[in-house]
Amino acid sequence: MSIEKEIDVPEIGAGGLARFAWRQLTSMRTALILLMLLAIASIPGSLLPQRNQNPMAVREYFINDPTLAKWIDRFSGFDVFSAPWFSAIYILLFISLIGCVLPRTFEHLKLVRAKPPVTPKNLQKLQGFTIFPSEGEELNRAREFFKEERFRIREQDGSISAEKGYIRESGNLLFHLSLILILIGVSIGSLFGMRGDAIIVTGERFINLATSYDSLSYGKLTNERSLNTFSVRLNKFVAQYDPVTNSPLDYAAYVSIEDEAGNTTEEVIKVNSPLTFGSSRVYLQANGYAPFVTVRDEIGNVTFQGPVTFLPQDSNLRSIGSIKVPEASPQLGFVSSFLPTYQRDPEAGGVSVYPELLKPRLLFSIWEGDLGLDTGIPQSIYTIDTTEMTRIALDSLSPGERFDFTGGSITFEKVEPWINLAVVRDPGKTYSLIGGILALAGLLASLFGFRRRIWLRVLPDGQVEIAGLAKNNSAALDLELDKFTRHVKGEK
Amino acid sequence: MTQTTWAYLSNNFIYSAMGVFALSLVVHAFETAWAVRVPAGGADLQKMDYSKAEKAARIGTGFMLLAFILLFVGVVARGLANGHVPWGNMYEFSITGALAFVGAYLIALRKHDLRWLGLFVSLGALLTLGTAITLLYRDSAPLVPALNSAWLIIHVITAIISGGVFLFSNIIAGAFLYLDSRERGSGRPAWAERLPSLDFLDQLSYRLVAFVFPLWTFSVIAGAIWAESAWGRYWGWDPKETWAFITWVAYAAYLHARVTAGWKGRRAAWLCLFAGSTFLFNYVYVNVWGTGKHTYSGL
Ligand code: HEM
Repeated sequence: MSIEKEIDVPEIGAGGLARFAWRQLTSMRTALILLMLLAIASIPGSLLPQRNQNPMAVREYFINDPTLAKWIDRFSGFDVFSAPWFSAIYILLFISLIGCVLPRTFEHLKLVRAKPPVTPKNLQKLQGFTIFPSEGEELNRAREFFKEERFRIREQDGSISAEKGYIRESGNLLFHLSLILILIGVSIGSLFGMRGDAIIVTGERFINLATSYDSLSYGKLTNERSLNTFSVRLNKFVAQYDPVTNSPLDYAAYVSIEDEAGNTTEEVIKVNSPLTFGSSRVYLQANGYAPFVTVRDEIGNVTFQGPVTFLPQDSNLRSIGSIKVPEASPQLGFVSSFLPTYQRDPEAGGVSVYPELLKPRLLFSIWEGDLGLDTGIPQSIYTIDTTEMTRIALDSLSPGERFDFTGGSITFEKVEPWINLAVVRDPGKTYSLIGGILALAGLLASLFGFRRRIWLRVLPDGQVEIAGLAKNNSAALDLELDKFTRHVKGEK
Repeated sequence: MTQTTWAYLSNNFIYSAMGVFALSLVVHAFETAWAVRVPAGGADLQKMDYSKAEKAARIGTGFMLLAFILLFVGVVARGLANGHVPWGNMYEFSITGALAFVGAYLIALRKHDLRWLGLFVSLGALLTLGTAITLLYRDSAPLVPALNSAWLIIHVITAIISGGVFLFSNIIAGAFLYLDSRERGSGRPAWAERLPSLDFLDQLSYRLVAFVFPLWTFSVIAGAIWAESAWGRYWGWDPKETWAFITWVAYAAYLHARVTAGWKGRRAAWLCLFAGSTFLFNYVYVNVWGTGKHTYSGL
């Protein structure tokens, strides 16, 4: 005896299951759930530090609470926006979107070309129903009205059926399809883009080669061969400050550019106006001061010479830096800070009271011993690990001054500004921008468009009937019906 | 006039606006709590005497309008003191945001009688301005170079207007939930008898959202364009950007729920409150405690 015979179970093969899953995935409820999930899934990305934005803060997490950090990391908590679970949500959402919107688009395209449906038999129950005696001209006047207002019409013995407002659905579809375009733009950018940072001191030249960068990252499908050739020479950097609040007013980097063909042009890079080379752009991101120093040994041989970039610490550009002299024996390190406008503060010691070079001063302590450069552990260029060193002196210098210590001397020659240039290539951004603009246009059309039908019928007994139907916004239809009726009656 | 005089003037106008908002608050409270005389025999809508409430509502609205004008002058004077648009720090966002919030209410008043909301609107404006002037106040200062852009102006003003309207629609959704729960229980309180129907409130909060959602979308796009020219990327999942995205997606979900899934009433109102609170969270948390590129000049 078998139960199947009695209950007649429908067959659910693999095909049926797939169809069922597809229907579930493209249902409105799923879209809603996925949208909410996407919003909720983004939250940890803003509460936890993210590796690609703030690697220092992530490292701190690992130092302060290693077990918790390890667990967070296991769930990609420090890389939320590239996490598998985050990708899963938006990929499902976009599959659902395509599955929902593409069929609707085809249907809509058919509908737009089709004629409106025939006039229903009973108009009485529809919106704004009116009836009045005919004067004979109604059909002509209605035709005129619909033509002027760009309705689509269908005529049929004694009646006109008119429809307008497909723009609502068109807008809705355009909006959803444009979201796909934005996603394509983002993907192109992350697959074929690149971003690098380089520090240049005034007077130096940056050549667009992988080795010139302090940091450089590529998209998954591109590499250093894709760098276009150009060079940037920083001739002058001008920063203006407000004398009352000390806050910056304007930064301008005056540069000479040499392009692939060897042509040189003079340009100015500002914070909100980058330079453009094909699909690459060059941005001014940060700036600071680089003291030029010369270190000599006791017989006067130069062991170090050149600019050292210092890292700004506050809005008055008090900066910290380190001068490392591995050539000296024993090795020397200068743990330093630089103050563009020096002032002595009874509590804090040396401070800077203005970001411009009004009274520049270089403060340092000199350490002797092992700089630890050979250990293989990457070191910050701004700090020195002094665990294997001893301090031998402490002093400060103004530009042009020299300090002698046992074992040599240091001369503070001058100070020049440095800038940080970011070179970015994002071949996908145009698609994203177009997608964004189209999405907005579609959204406006969809939210403010309004779809309605109007019918007019001249009955055999000489009466004229008018009625309408609105998908939304029936108040606006009332107004329109009013206008239509007056037109049909020949009133102005 | 010098810039310091303008700054001084701006502060005085904002203090005066707060004073008048407080008056409006008191009068509206009077309208709500005492102005209805319930006749003997219980609350019968036809027999209720609303004449005093009507008078109070009119006076309260007058104060509201006056306060709005004072606040407007205060914001403009702040801009003159800065020599640039007054959207450079949290204090300035707050005063402009309060202006947009009250503005949304006053515009809505032209079409619908919402004066019964005056109590909450003046309270909201007072709280915003109060925290702004006590906790967030910063002296007028020039814009840092990154903020000096036309896209910034467009981005910020549209964000502020969107925020004002989102907040307003939240107040309506909140009123809906309150009245709905009263109607399910012991019925509306006497003073609320003449308030609009639940259906009307439900529709209004939806219409407000549907109206500003494109503006918010535009604001996010303008922000992305600005970020591209200032930072070299149009989207970087900075906390502020992330929360702008969360707000956008939450409101998209809300519109979906209403338009396609047919949500109405309580469920829709809760979703509306959730979406609105993500905007508030972005404003408060990310500006005050957050890190990232959007935190400028110490607030
Ligand atoms: C990336 C995810 C999505 C976003 C951000 C989004 C956003 C929106 C928004 C804001 C609206 C309101 C527009 C209006 O009121 O006309 C809307 C409407 C709509 N969406 Fe989506 N949506 C998404 C995914 C989907 C998916 C997956 C589907 C299909 C399952 C879908 C189908 C619809 C439909 C049918 C409407 C209603 C249009 C109408 O009748 O007015 N959407 N969507």
